[in-house]
Amino acid sequence: MKSKVIFVVPLAIVAALFAVFGYALVAGIDPKAVPSALTGESLPEFKLSSLQNEKQFMVRSDITGEPMLVNIWATWCGSCKYEHPVLNSLAANGVKIIGINYKDDRALALKWLDEYADPYAVDIYDPNGDLGFDLGVTGAPETFFVDSEGNVQYRFQGPITDKLWQEKLKAIYDEMV
Amino acid sequence: MKWFNSKLSVVALLLVMASSALFAASEVLTFDSDELRERYSELTFQLRCPKCQNQNVADSNAPISEDIRQKTYEMLHQGYSNQEIIDFMVDRYTEFVIYKPQMSMVTIWLWIVPALVLLTGLTFLFRMTRSNSRNDEQSLTDDEKAQLKSLLEDKS
Repeated sequence: MKSKVIFVVPLAIVAALFAVFGYALVAGIDPKAVPSALTGESLPEFKLSSLQNEKQFMVRSDITGEPMLVNIWATWCGSCKYEHPVLNSLAANGVKIIGINYKDDRALALKWLDEYADPYAVDIYDPNGDLGFDLGVTGAPETFFVDSEGNVQYRFQGPITDKLWQEKLKAIYDEMV
Repeated sequence: MKWFNSKLSVVALLLVMASSALFAASEVLTFDSDELRERYSELTFQLRCPKCQNQNVADSNAPISEDIRQKTYEMLHQGYSNQEIIDFMVDRYTEFVIYKPQMSMVTIWLWIVPALVLLTGLTFLFRMTRSNSRNDEQSLTDDEKAQLKSLLEDKS
């Protein structure tokens, strides 16, 4: 009888594997999702020029102190255009958003802000993507939720929509305020 | 016609060569030493593109892979060790960015579990073969053995 139990063991292991794989399939786990190394960590130091004034350099302490969103955007990024009106309305509702213009051209970026309005409290120009690299950015748009101590609470990849904000992101933001 | 074909193939060949030359020119790197070049290809082969589906940064044209290659190249020439460069990337892009897992309290099981499974398997195998050979001797009485023998001979 005891030897029979042994034969059940591989079956149980296979069943457990099926359960794990089945769960991954049904739960719709996104294989493209990259976790953020920065969640819970301090916003990295940087020294970059202002988008509007190339002689004015800004560092980390210039933007921290209040809860805010740090938004990575670029004029070459199609979904940034899609996200832009949402950012405009968030800014109008008192959300502080820092804009990081990522791997872009200064003139094009300024023209864009002129045409579509500027939702950003501060505009930072990151032409080589140095700050983006330290933030672990893989593309644009990406948005970091930073609390008043300058710690990253959450990272969101892709364009923010009204629906996403209401359903998920607003709660994360409200927790920081 | 034959002449035309050969001329066409030469043109095609030239085109292919020109395009590959252009492609190579988009990223020409010079290394201070062969050792650095080797470490560069080793690292870019091990690092995984965070934006792609299962592609290493050496193989990927994603902008982020270009950045990671560039950073790897710079850090190699600044004298950082392979481990320091990997740690630098993991700090920014998490363990997702490396194909070879780093040894830690969580990943240690990747090495322990296969060894454990192999050991238990071997133990079971050893025990089962031993008990089986013992059973063989005991399971048949002399009468049964005679019966078996006669059966086998009948068949043949």
